[in-house]
This record gives sequence, C-alpha cells and structure tokens, in this order.
Amino acid sequence: MSVYLDHAATTPMFDIAIDAMNTSLRKLGNPSSLHTEGRSTRKDVEDAREKIAKAVGCLSSEVIFTGSGTEANNAAIKGLFWHSDKKVILISSIEHHAVLDPAHWLVEHEGAELIEIPVKSDGVIDLAFLKKTVAERASEIALISVMHSNNETGVIQPIAEVVKIAGDIPVHCDAVQSFTKVPVSFKDLGLFAMTISGHKVGGPLGIGALILRRAVEIPALLHGGGQERDIRSGTLNAPSIVALAAAVEAKLYDASKVAALRDSFEAGVLASRPDAVINGKSAPRLPGISNITFPGTQSDSLLLLMDSQKVSCSTGAACTAGVHRPSHVLMAMGLTDVVSQSSLRFSFGSTNTASDVAYALSVLPDVIERGLAANAVGRK
Amino acid sequence: MKIIAAMSGGVDSAVAAARAVEAGHEVIGVHLALSSNPQKYRSGARGCCTIEDSHDARRAADVIGIPFYIWDMADEFHEGVVENFMSEYKAGRTPNPCLRCNEKIKFAAVLDRAKAMGFDGVVTGHYARTQESSDGRTLHRAVDPLKDQSYVLAVLNREQINGAIFPLGDTEKVDIRIEAEARGLAVAQKPDSHDICFVPSGDNAGWLRDRMGSEVGPIVDQDGNKLGEHKGAYTYTIGQRKGLGLTIPSEDGSPRFVLKIEPVTNTVVVGAREDLAVTSMRGERPIFCGPEVGAAPLRGFVQVRAHGAALDCTYYMDGQELVAELDAPLLGLATGQAMVIYDGDRVVGSATICETA
Repeated sequence: MSVYLDHAATTPMFDIAIDAMNTSLRKLGNPSSLHTEGRSTRKDVEDAREKIAKAVGCLSSEVIFTGSGTEANNAAIKGLFWHSDKKVILISSIEHHAVLDPAHWLVEHEGAELIEIPVKSDGVIDLAFLKKTVAERASEIALISVMHSNNETGVIQPIAEVVKIAGDIPVHCDAVQSFTKVPVSFKDLGLFAMTISGHKVGGPLGIGALILRRAVEIPALLHGGGQERDIRSGTLNAPSIVALAAAVEAKLYDASKVAALRDSFEAGVLASRPDAVINGKSAPRLPGISNITFPGTQSDSLLLLMDSQKVSCSTGAACTAGVHRPSHVLMAMGLTDVVSQSSLRFSFGSTNTASDVAYALSVLPDVIERGLAANAVGRK
Repeated sequence: MKIIAAMSGGVDSAVAAARAVEAGHEVIGVHLALSSNPQKYRSGARGCCTIEDSHDARRAADVIGIPFYIWDMADEFHEGVVENFMSEYKAGRTPNPCLRCNEKIKFAAVLDRAKAMGFDGVVTGHYARTQESSDGRTLHRAVDPLKDQSYVLAVLNREQINGAIFPLGDTEKVDIRIEAEARGLAVAQKPDSHDICFVPSGDNAGWLRDRMGSEVGPIVDQDGNKLGEHKGAYTYTIGQRKGLGLTIPSEDGSPRFVLKIEPVTNTVVVGAREDLAVTSMRGERPIFCGPEVGAAPLRGFVQVRAHGAALDCTYYMDGQELVAELDAPLLGLATGQAMVIYDGDRVVGSATICETA
C-alpha cells in the first residue's frame, strides 16, 4: 500500500480536467490567431477565463494567466512595486519563497525597504503590528502582501482585516493553497491582486493566474506579444487553461471529508505520540494541512523512513540542493531551529481515504522510534 | 541487507551503488551535503558537494532505480573535519582531512545514523577490499594500485569495517568508467576528484591564510640563527624547499629545507636535506582494522601518504603508541600525517604521527 500525504505540494488532476486537457491538446489554433482555428481556441480560453473568474470572484478581465503561481507572485510583487513611487514593501514573515524572494530581490536591486509582519505563536499575523506600521508609514508603503493561508501550517490569515487596515495601499494575496479549499472571493476581500495556481486545485502543472484589479497597469516581467493585458506575454497555454477551468468548475474538493481525515490522523498521532505538537492548531486552518513536531527527531530522517514505508509527506522547505533547512515559517512562530527541523507536513486531499490514515498511523510509531534513535547517535 | 549508498555525484560511488543493488541489497542513495554554502558548479577536478554534484548523484540514483535523499552533514563536517584541519595546522602538524572525514563522517555519523534507522551498513565507491577470515573481516588494498584508497580508510575500526561495503576494490578504474558507460550513467566520464574538497582553489596555504591570518615570524637554522621571515608558519610543510625567500646562503651553498614548524614560537626551522631523514616514527591514537598489534615487533610496511610508497619496517606497540622503525631512511615526514601499517596488502591499522627521529 502506498499513501500520498503531500497534496499541498501537488495534488492529482481531476479526471474531468485531464479529459478537458486532452481534448484541447488535440485542437489546433493559436488563441491569438485571427482565423477560424485561432478563434475557436480563443473561445475555449475565454470560456475558461469566465469560469475561473466566477470561482475567484472577480471580473474575467481581471484574470491574467501565467506559467505558475510563482510567476504570478513575482509579477504582482515587482509590478506593484514598480507601479508605485513608494519604497516600502510590507509582507508577512511566513510568505512562500515565491513572495519572499522577489521582495528581497527588490531590496537588493531596486532600493526597496522591506518590513516583515511577524506572526504570533499560533501562526496568525500580528494585526496590531500591521496597524501600527500602516499608521506610521502609510505614505511610504508601495504594497502589502499577505498569503491567504500558509503552505506549511495551513493557518488561515485575516485578509479582510489586512485590507481594511491597508486603506488605499494595494494588497496582494497569495491564495495558492486556499483557492477552492476554503471560500476566497477577490471582490469580497477587496483585494488589489491575488495569485492562484493550477496544480494545487486538481488542474495541471505549469499554469497559474494573477488576478489583478481591472484597469491597473503594472509593468510586465515578460515582454512580447502582449497577450495578457500587456502585463504577461507568451502564447496562451490553452490546454492547461481549459483544464484548470474544468477542475475549478467541477467543485470536487470535499472540504469536510478532507478535514475529517486530517482530524482523525491528528487524533491518532497524539494518541500514539502524546509529546507530538500540532503547529497552528489553535488558529483557523485549511482542511487538509497538518504540521506536526516530533520532539527529538530530525524531519529528514523521518521523511526517508516514512517514504520507505510508502507514505509520502514533506519536511516543508527545501533549498535548491534539496538540503533540509529549518522552516522560516515555524521559526517565525517562535520555534527554535532544532524544533522546527523536527517537524513534518502531512497534507490530505480529495483522493485520500480512511484506510490511508489508518495505514499512515500504523507505520508512524516505528518510524518515530527509529528517527529518535538516528537523531541520538548520528547528530548532535 | 538494507544499506545506504553514499553518493558523491562521481562515477565511483554511482557504480558502487549499482553493484550493491545487483548483489541483491536493498539500497537507498544518500548524498552528503558537507558545505553549508555550496557552490553551484564544480570547477574541474576540484571541489565537491556543489549543487551540480548533488544533481549528478540524484540522476545516477534515478538511473540505477533507487530512492535518493540528501543528508545535511555540513555542521558535522565543519566541526569534525574543517576545524580540525585548521587546528592541526595551528599546532604545527600536517593533517589529512580525507582520513578524518572517513573516520568522523562517512563511517561514523553516517553509519551510526544508518544503523539507528534500521540499515545494516554503508556502501561507498572507495577503492579497497574487505576479506572474511578466521580473524573476522579485514581491510585490504584495491587491485588497482593507482587508485588504492586503503590508506584513507585505515582509520576505520573493526566495527566500522563490518558495516562497510566497498564493491570497487576488485576492479581497475578504467573498467569502472566503461561499466558506468554501459550502465547508462551520465557521470561515466566525470573527472576524478583531487586535493581537498573544501579548498576548491587547491591553494591550501592561501586558504589557511584567509581564515587564520598570517603572523610574520622568524625562519631559523638548527642553531637558532635567524635567516629570514615567514608569513604564517602553518603555510609551510616539512620538506618544503621552494618559497622560503632566504637571502643568506648556507655555508656550503646547498639548498635548505623546512625541518620543523614550532607553532608556539611561530618559528620555521630549516636545514640541510640530510637533516630531513627519518628512521623511526611514533603514532598516537592507534586504530586497528583487524587484530590488534602488541609489544612484540612484527615485520611489515608503513605508508605515510595517500599515494606514497610502502616502506619496509618493523612495527610494534610501545605503551599507547604505535612505533614503526624503517629499514631505510625517509626524507620529510611531518607530525600529524597518518602512518598506516600493512601486512602484505592487509591494512593492519593506523595512527597519527606525533614524533619522528
């Protein structure tokens, strides 16, 4: 038996999305071409855009297709910064690297000043800090970016309050993990920009979208044919766009089922390892993500051992070389680097079953015992 | 057996892992990240643990069809090997960090961790052989004398040797490359590693100077007469002739060689070539790869460098120290080097040279 508990990294495509993609792959026509084939593909793309806009809660003209969530985040952070004459970027300290790194790049190369909003021990951003910073420096702030939910802990952030505090300051929200899992409405939240990604929602890899308020013209990262509002050039990836729309429209994600699996897993873990700590448990969380510290272990050992028992999970952040590093998210929540390197992320999805949970729980005690032993001898 | 294959990203460890799989073992590939700030690319034969190397190791594991992980041992490597390398030089000795790495990292931190996780041993691409005998498992030279790495493995104790698998010892390097090619391993023609992996420039003296500073001190003859100045005693090695910058010639005009480095007084002592001659050496911290040596003198060979000659000697234990008396004098031997004793092609054991005469 093998059990996949890494749906936050990527989750299987829905059949309906695969079918839509296959149909589109067999179709001829560049959506920017003016002839019959081109117009037909364009229609598919625009139908898809409308479906996605409906699910996102925005106008279809506000959907800018990109090659990934990372590209959408880069376009938003850099674009909104360049769009503004102000120099301060305000982001949460637990952002994904696709937001953190462009922000740091702007500091190093474009004279930006970065202020990170801290989080409390439950993983929720410190709104008082945000309020104070905005009150003191509103006139200098180019943009604020706070993720809708954190990819490592699943902790949901108070975006509506962030937007309220921000006032006229543009707010971007990385909603890659939240989209389709919990209600997210671009319009209702009053956002300026938002990011979604295909492969986290049952769509394909290599497609994402930047949702950007109508009539806002930010500088482009990719220049060329100007296909997407002149903000993103490149031939539109019609098969992936169509598949993403099919995945989103089908609304196949069963949040209550996933949450029940996650809860039964966590209960089982705590029953067998009472010293385990579920990070962010007291805050509102996504249905599918569980981040657990197993004191006295090293998460890379645990991952290897779980993997050899055919259970796939994640250690959180990995750098280019694949070396495990302490999670900046857990450290922002006040964990030490040692403790944060003793944590695993299990993320559940639509394809998981109760027997998956039972199997994972059955192999866990031995894995933890071996992990404790390995940590005791092999490491400081 | 369930074993961990230590995969550097080079051809040897890739073929070793493949052979272990073929031998019927359950193998998991592990690349050791030994630098906390790895370079992106490898430059020629130098450096290791670059991101490119880790990619090569991963790709080899995929081709072989085994799981692959990266273990971050950067802290252990820094403390156990790099810091030791510096402190040894600071103390006027000449360390071999490859031995230290095998002793402290590959066959200690990694092997211990592997065993705790339920594995039976570690397979590496070292050129050496093990044999089962009535005395238990013993360590032997590889069949390829040019590649033989038994010297750098002579720091392994019996338990470590019992947990080690060296599948390449019976094959010549040239055939390993052919085999790698046949197995579809892209690293088949990757250059061999040379020098010290954490000194990618190959300039040991410069590397030490950058980290330890360079305190000027006297260069003296054996009578203590000052002949010149040096730029940091630890950047000199015993037997060194070039780069001394001495302007006062010796009485007979013959060249001078570094005889001794005295770290406490930051002094480099030079003298004539014949003063370098060593006929006996004593080593501390002896480690025996097989049956222990006692006080009774035995005949064998001693080797003092990774690819040095095997010198005829008589060896025995004197208290806690291993002694080797050479049949013929050896020129230029530094304390800190490892003395490795062989009985034919069998590795008897090793010790760190603490005294020469």
